Amino acid sequence: MLDQSQFDVVVIGSGPGGLAAAIAAKREGAEKVLIIERDREPGGILLQCIHNGFGVEIFKEDLPGPGYAQRFIDEAKGLSIQILLNTMVMDLGADRRIWLSSVEHGYAQIEARAVVLAMGCRERTRPQIRIPGYRPNGIFTAGTAQRWVNVEGFMPGKEFVILGSGDIGMIMARRLTYEGAHVERVLEIQNYLSGLSRNFVQCLQDNNIPLQLSHTIKRVLGKNRVEAVETVQVDERWRMVDGSEEMIPCDTLLVSIGLIPENELSKRAGVKIDPVTSGPLVDDQFQTNVPGIFAAGNVVHVYDLVDWVTEAGFVAGKGAARFAAGQLKVADAHIKVEAGPNVRYVVPQTLNKETLKTGEVRLQLRVTRPLEKAVYVEVHDGHAQITRKLERYARPGEMVTITLKPAHYEAVRKAEKLTVQVTSKAEA
Amino acid sequence: MAIEREFICTACPKGCRLRVVMEGKDVVKLEGYTCRKGIDYGRQETSDPQRMLATTVRVENGFHPLLPVYTQKPISKEKIGVVLAALRELRLKAPIKAQAVVLADAAGTGVDVLASRDMPIARN
Repeated sequence: MLDQSQFDVVVIGSGPGGLAAAIAAKREGAEKVLIIERDREPGGILLQCIHNGFGVEIFKEDLPGPGYAQRFIDEAKGLSIQILLNTMVMDLGADRRIWLSSVEHGYAQIEARAVVLAMGCRERTRPQIRIPGYRPNGIFTAGTAQRWVNVEGFMPGKEFVILGSGDIGMIMARRLTYEGAHVERVLEIQNYLSGLSRNFVQCLQDNNIPLQLSHTIKRVLGKNRVEAVETVQVDERWRMVDGSEEMIPCDTLLVSIGLIPENELSKRAGVKIDPVTSGPLVDDQFQTNVPGIFAAGNVVHVYDLVDWVTEAGFVAGKGAARFAAGQLKVADAHIKVEAGPNVRYVVPQTLNKETLKTGEVRLQLRVTRPLEKAVYVEVHDGHAQITRKLERYARPGEMVTITLKPAHYEAVRKAEKLTVQVTSKAEA
Repeated sequence: MAIEREFICTACPKGCRLRVVMEGKDVVKLEGYTCRKGIDYGRQETSDPQRMLATTVRVENGFHPLLPVYTQKPISKEKIGVVLAALRELRLKAPIKAQAVVLADAAGTGVDVLASRDMPIARN
């Protein structure tokens, strides 16, 4: 059994969001801080993201994923944060009771004054996009292949086709090429790249891997192992174009078709989920509708940069420590933050007006469609504009941030709700 | 004779399309950039394109069979193949500390290859 069962703050998950939350909670004065991790070491998915590009915002350095994780693991250890490895959380109650199953401690029940959900996200899989054909071996998500190639040390195949031009798919295309495999091509059903152009250049162009836009897979062939995929061109409404079919021999198909926040536990505790983000509805402290249960990182919405996940973890962890100490008032007036024209969603979805008296609140959003000319990102109170900022462009794949400051407190205090919109500068 | 080349700038996520006209080794025309970084990127890409390289190296007796490693600085794109080949030959022994030099002056690039993370000894 565990030697104690009462904690100030319990964080579920030790990826970048969870590590940051635990560190912030400890710094804020929470004494007993525990991280629960199902893997055999802390760090989360960063450990398999061996490529560079992490930490440019926070450290002003270009670090590989494991190096970025290492800094926070070292800091958490330095702060004497307890990390329970090889442990699954089986259930979570609205009263912040946690039932867990651990290799070392067996089945146990613990209680937390505050909880931070930091379970991250999962990859979408083949059944979620219903690719017809056989069900042979050789079809994997890009992240699964990444774990095998980068951590466990074996190759999932020799001749690859990758479906989806997300960042993980493109990064794996380069990685597999470095390890001697042949990546025949990357297919993307949309008529634009879904990942960053940097990855298109450095992963695909540099290695002469073709990208086919407006193409998808019509069926998979091979009974025991993948033998080929039949590709097809699609029109602007994703209807297959007859006669455009092509047979591509390969032994492995990787799918890189998006990520979904993992919230099975959150739902058990009665946490309300935003149907657009698939993550909890949160306020500016990343507190959910269940008092004392916070959420941080990709469990809330899928970020493009780990640096922002860390920032979110800091906010949630600080809020959790204050809640645990009885310092966070839940009675303060919250107002809704809604998505206006051209905005798909905004996080946080509610805002405690009093936060703005002394601090800033960062609103993060995604647009519904690519806007390639200069745009205004605006926050309205229903009648007038509270603040706006200019961006050179806005794309669904790149999160947009606009910050509310204490200077906006008076305007927000009088508002009944806030709306965030993105409009073309030319039309404004 | 003038040669025209096209690049997508990766200095920031915007991805400007650059057009560079070269005469021999000289850039005579550079278009399509929207900021200063684009000019630098265009010039670097035409003279000596540079990339960060990250890969893995085999570890004996490690907590994992592979250690993730990275170049301390960007290296010449054309050197990537030889650096990968040199790293493939290496066999390291755990424990290894993050930032430790795994391969000094990799393949004559003048750039060291570093451990991305700590690699403790395997637990039995």
